[in-house]
Amino acid sequence: MIPAAFDYHRATSAEDAIAQLAEHGDEAKLMAGGHSLVPMMKLRLAVPTVVVDIGRVTELSYIREDGEQIAIGALTTHHMLENSDLLADQCPLLGAVAKVVGDPQVRHRGTLGGTLAHSDPASDLPAAVLALGGTLVAQGPNGTREIAASSFFTGYFESELADDEMLTEIRVPKCPNAGWNYQKFNRRAQDWAIVGVAAVVGDGITGVGLVNMGSVPVLATPVIDALADGASAADAASVAANETEAPADLNASPDYRRHLARVLTERALVASGVA
Amino acid sequence: MSILGNRVVRTEDPDLLTGAGQYVDDINLANAAHVTFVVSTMAHAHLADIDTSETKSMPGVLGVWTAVDLPFSTYPAPMFMLSQEMPRTYLATDKVRYVGEPIVAIVTDEYYQGQDAAETVIVDYDPLDVVVRPEDAETSDVTIHEAVTDNVVGRLGTGTTADFDGCDVVVEQRLVNQRLAPAPIEGRISAATWEDGRLVQYSSCQGAHPTRDHLATAYGLENDQVRVVVRNVGGSFGAKAGQTGEETILGHLSREVGRPVRWNMARSHDMVGLAHGRGQIQTIKIGGSNDGRITAYQLHVIQDGGAYPGMGAVLPFMTQTMAPGVYDLPNIGVSSVSVATNTTPTTAYRGAGRPEAAAAIERAVDMFAAEIGMDPAEVRRKNFLAKFDEPVTTSVGTIYDVGDYERALDLALEQANYAELRTEQARRREAGDTVQLGIGLGAYVEITAFGGGGEFGTVELQPDGTVLAKTGSSPFGQGHYTSWAMLISDQTGLAMDDIEIFHGDTDVVAEGGTTGGSRSLQIAGSSMQNASVKLVELAKDKAADLLEASVDDIVLDTTEGAFHVAGTPAKSVDWAAIAGASDDVLMGVSDFSADGPTFPFGAHVCVAEVDTDTGMVTIDRMIAVDDAGVILNPLLVAGQVHGGLAQGVAQALLEEFIYDEDGNPLTSNLGDYTIPSTMELPMFERVPMETPTFMNPLGAKGIGESGTIGATPAVQNAVVDAVSHLGVRHIDMPCTPERVWTAIQEAR
Repeated sequence: MIPAAFDYHRATSAEDAIAQLAEHGDEAKLMAGGHSLVPMMKLRLAVPTVVVDIGRVTELSYIREDGEQIAIGALTTHHMLENSDLLADQCPLLGAVAKVVGDPQVRHRGTLGGTLAHSDPASDLPAAVLALGGTLVAQGPNGTREIAASSFFTGYFESELADDEMLTEIRVPKCPNAGWNYQKFNRRAQDWAIVGVAAVVGDGITGVGLVNMGSVPVLATPVIDALADGASAADAASVAANETEAPADLNASPDYRRHLARVLTERALVASGVA
Repeated sequence: MSILGNRVVRTEDPDLLTGAGQYVDDINLANAAHVTFVVSTMAHAHLADIDTSETKSMPGVLGVWTAVDLPFSTYPAPMFMLSQEMPRTYLATDKVRYVGEPIVAIVTDEYYQGQDAAETVIVDYDPLDVVVRPEDAETSDVTIHEAVTDNVVGRLGTGTTADFDGCDVVVEQRLVNQRLAPAPIEGRISAATWEDGRLVQYSSCQGAHPTRDHLATAYGLENDQVRVVVRNVGGSFGAKAGQTGEETILGHLSREVGRPVRWNMARSHDMVGLAHGRGQIQTIKIGGSNDGRITAYQLHVIQDGGAYPGMGAVLPFMTQTMAPGVYDLPNIGVSSVSVATNTTPTTAYRGAGRPEAAAAIERAVDMFAAEIGMDPAEVRRKNFLAKFDEPVTTSVGTIYDVGDYERALDLALEQANYAELRTEQARRREAGDTVQLGIGLGAYVEITAFGGGGEFGTVELQPDGTVLAKTGSSPFGQGHYTSWAMLISDQTGLAMDDIEIFHGDTDVVAEGGTTGGSRSLQIAGSSMQNASVKLVELAKDKAADLLEASVDDIVLDTTEGAFHVAGTPAKSVDWAAIAGASDDVLMGVSDFSADGPTFPFGAHVCVAEVDTDTGMVTIDRMIAVDDAGVILNPLLVAGQVHGGLAQGVAQALLEEFIYDEDGNPLTSNLGDYTIPSTMELPMFERVPMETPTFMNPLGAKGIGESGTIGATPAVQNAVVDAVSHLGVRHIDMPCTPERVWTAIQEAR
């Protein structure tokens, strides 16, 4: 399968990329690692007329301390997250989740900003950023704005980003003393999660994110509320599938997905130290 | 010391691993144009209209063809045992019968242009009702081929019905042996051109000569007007044994555009365009006594032949041939019906009818054991055919060569620490652990090199004293070059580096067959050894002249690669001297022919953990005893077994080619069709066992397919065993997490 014809622009900076977006509107697509966009183009599910390659905007590839937060450039690869000492010390969930995305080739190309902007409900990292209560920084022609992860994902493969905006940075809180866990349930190591559950409990955070339990990455509010009310792991997990719209596919029926969400949430909470 | 039996590293690998191999895509064809096919997106429809008016004016388009533009009639008729009334044209004519059936061929300058041009073809389908499930085919109102209203391709059977009178216990079960996609790394690919009025085809297939014969027939040419070249092949597993319509018509397209043409099936097309494997619905009935003796076994098979039944529809014959497996089952009945459905045609996929037979009997034995509450190993012991070294005729008329089935099981169980595993299983059951342990057995015997016969093989002495061997056998990953060189080296004393092997060019190799049915080493390998012996005899004549001695006194010292008179090794002549003294080319020509097939056997044990809260299965251990007779090269055997075990695990746990109710394929990419990676497999534990056969001089039986045959039921049995205490009797393959979890819920 071969993509339809398109123009290719290699961006030299975020400003350059945004200028391209401003010029071409929704005809243009940003390409970072390309591991989600290119397959869709090959199947001609995505037919952009302009591909703006931001893969060489290296100034957006970093992981650094920023006060009580860790700031991560949007073009930071999963491989870098996986191997970051800073994350391992201060926010270990993110590196641990990055470690189970796809396979090593994917992790060397895929980027944190790319996976968030793509807004695939089956991707691992969005659920982790949701659980952490992360903040996303979008840059447009008129400057930058911050978007809470909890309001970033608006629909199936759709996000809060405007056509002329680009994700430039992701901020997650330092939480070195929090319990955390990621449960990824899949049949093969390199597959998307059939269901995934990311949990962070402690250091002032109570967050649970669900993978593949709806049209968007899901913040498991019923679970978080139950925990706030002092529920046990088992009781909190029992409401994990509430308010979700579990999809059906070859791997799982909605009923089975809801069951998995409950089982995996309990496991994630117990591993995070919830009694 | 002989090189035979040693772990000789594959001579093929340096080229393959450094990109120096020659796959069809590597073959340089100057000025080649590219062929793109528009394939059916409907499972069953009349073709009301095919509009290619816009296509013809697309950039780079050199020509557009539909069935009416082709000078061909239909595919060669399917095998005699099948319905002759299900013909197929090379491009769909007035009807399409499965998703993926080619309808239009487009030739373009560039590969990319073909994709764009294909998007402009407008096919007006007039949809028809479909038959997707093989169980529905016979009674459906839908007729796939107009002359066959019941969609039945053929029926087979032993003509016997097992008698269950007097059985203490009888168990019945419907088993799904699901449809699989072979998914070789290199998909189907071919290229064609014309040179001096001859058709030259570069093919990725399982034998150049049968491909040549097929093309000559299709084009109405003499065999010597067609040349087929097969170099490296990136996997096949049986799926590339025949020729597809797409590759058959390439020569015509090349002639029409006056340029070489190439065609490379994209993965999403390959998944539906290359034939599928398995596809049986089985009904088993097994009965016996409470003390573990099985006294009756009945098997009925519904075989899915796909839209144009061919090789796949014949698989029940192999299933029937091996139906009783390793057991002494005089009271047996086997019947089968092969049907057409609106799906990709099926074919002989690794094991081809024998894994299906083993899966049926091994599940049946386990279900019987569970029903009477006896250890499945014990039930097997009570029912094995006793050790034999003279041929034994089974209850279905198959003549096994040699066998020692209990020994194979004993070795496997010993390696597994079977008693300890059962103790641990009991402990977890007692404790009600979330993660339960299952131990699954798969005892098997299979048939290889069915039909026996010979294979073309010559060994020629070259002027420099090296040899060139030509083989009619065609490798696609097995390691023929290493194996043949070992056999020739052993006979001639020549170093491996001084032996060149050649295969796969009909202009160079006089004859050749199709590689399949695990026949290569025992048939083509024996031919190589035989031809080497013949060459040595010819060389001894020359040596006798040079040494001025009687030929009867000449001996070949294979450690030195030199001939001398018996008792006086100091004065010798080597192969170079023999070659230098010969005016004519010395060539050994094989006349080896096997009288019949061989029957490799073994036992596999799978140790699996099942998470009862989620249904997830994890394989802890795979233990395999595979007796393929005398082993030529343990490294090659290990490779064959590892791949086979992986495919066995894959069928048991992961793979299934799925259609929706309208016949749309749902698993036509490698994201949805879940082939295993190393991450899903344990380290394999193999225990050696070698019982020589007397059917060939090497004492070798086939090892290419055994892995799939024993492993599949071993894994499935392990999964069921892990949850049997919860009341689960059976779980169909693939044992996906949801399926396992559902079975537990239903049993509780």
